[in-house]
Amino acid sequence: MQPSIQLNKTPAQQYLLRVGDTCLILAQRLCEWSGHAPALEEDIALSNMALDLVGQARAILTHAGAVQGLSEDQLAFLRDERDYCNPTLVELPRGDFAFTVLRNLMVASYLKLLWQRLATSTDAEVAAIAAKALKEARYHQQHAADWVVRLGDGTAESKARCEKALQRLWPYVAELFSADEVDAAAAASGLGPSCAELQATWADEVNQVLAHATLAAPKAGSYLSTGKRGVHSEHMGFLLAEMQHLQRAYPGGVW
Amino acid sequence: MVAGTRIEQAWAVLHNVLDPEVPVLSVCDLGIVREVNELPGALEVVLTPTYSGCPATEAIERSVIEAVQAAGLGPVQARTQRAPAWSTDWISEDGRRKLKEYGIAPPGRCHAEDGSAPIRILRRAPAVPCPRCDSANTERLSAFGATACKALYRCIACREPFEHFKPI
Repeated sequence: MQPSIQLNKTPAQQYLLRVGDTCLILAQRLCEWSGHAPALEEDIALSNMALDLVGQARAILTHAGAVQGLSEDQLAFLRDERDYCNPTLVELPRGDFAFTVLRNLMVASYLKLLWQRLATSTDAEVAAIAAKALKEARYHQQHAADWVVRLGDGTAESKARCEKALQRLWPYVAELFSADEVDAAAAASGLGPSCAELQATWADEVNQVLAHATLAAPKAGSYLSTGKRGVHSEHMGFLLAEMQHLQRAYPGGVW
Repeated sequence: MVAGTRIEQAWAVLHNVLDPEVPVLSVCDLGIVREVNELPGALEVVLTPTYSGCPATEAIERSVIEAVQAAGLGPVQARTQRAPAWSTDWISEDGRRKLKEYGIAPPGRCHAEDGSAPIRILRRAPAVPCPRCDSANTERLSAFGATACKALYRCIACREPFEHFKPI
């Protein structure tokens, strides 16, 4: 069994891990659709989006690990659950197709705004990765929006499923925009935007799509998830067990 | 053997290194070779990746190195340069012609998108002319294709399905 790595946990590294882990964990969830999507075109679409997200995660994790001499693979496969910094939203089980496209809309809208701001990061490598990723996130957002409209404004069944998915997903939105000391340090150094300032545009874009889909955003509650601080839902351990098993059991295995 | 300086010779070689996913386009047609430099002791080829997750990126890097070395110009090394981000606008005119002849509708020009424009919901995918019969009467079947860079279309006029290289 390959032991876990230890992290420096500097605020800058934590910030980068939050970005990279958001992409990586959503990619892992999207990959679960491979061979199971309702139509071949969507199977391909979800895998393609996962591939973009893995590429973005690789670039960011490589950069996050460089100062400490850790590789992207070590960060992905040899980190404990508590050291993963993705918001809880992306680790929730993939649910049905309505749940998947609604989450994709929420996350792609968030990542698009984030990459847009990271493209002017004071960290030149982050800015370069973001400028490329922005183009990809924009396409993902458009694709997800098309589906949300089609399902929300579709049959009674597809609408009911969308409503149910929204109820389940919405409590996890607050975490994306609630800043802590890591976000504050990134905003102060110019590494990334202050996450609160993305919220208004995000809400505007997502609500526009929901309105076209004849859906409405649920009321925000007081719950605040804590995935980005390393305290995850009960689903995260199972996800990591599946994702990390091979590298843990067969250290350095390649094919 | 191609005449010219070592750098000119390397460029000539690169014009024959093909993209593994779209094997009619050279890496130069694709616009991913940014520079060829002569460093002390080695040539350096600077490449810009197309998509963040493109699985061909590493294969392309290997074939570039192998081709330059096989031409007797080695040692050579490849360097990745992410900024500025690759755009399909960098695909050469020659490359666009080759794509069309191969049956892939070439990308239209990207308008300098800064992402600040509001998203267009219920947008119809823009009409893409059929690479075989040039009819504009086509429809999109799938936003994603066999590779991240392509979408699937169908021509209503000649009934043929075709791929479209997405503008990005």
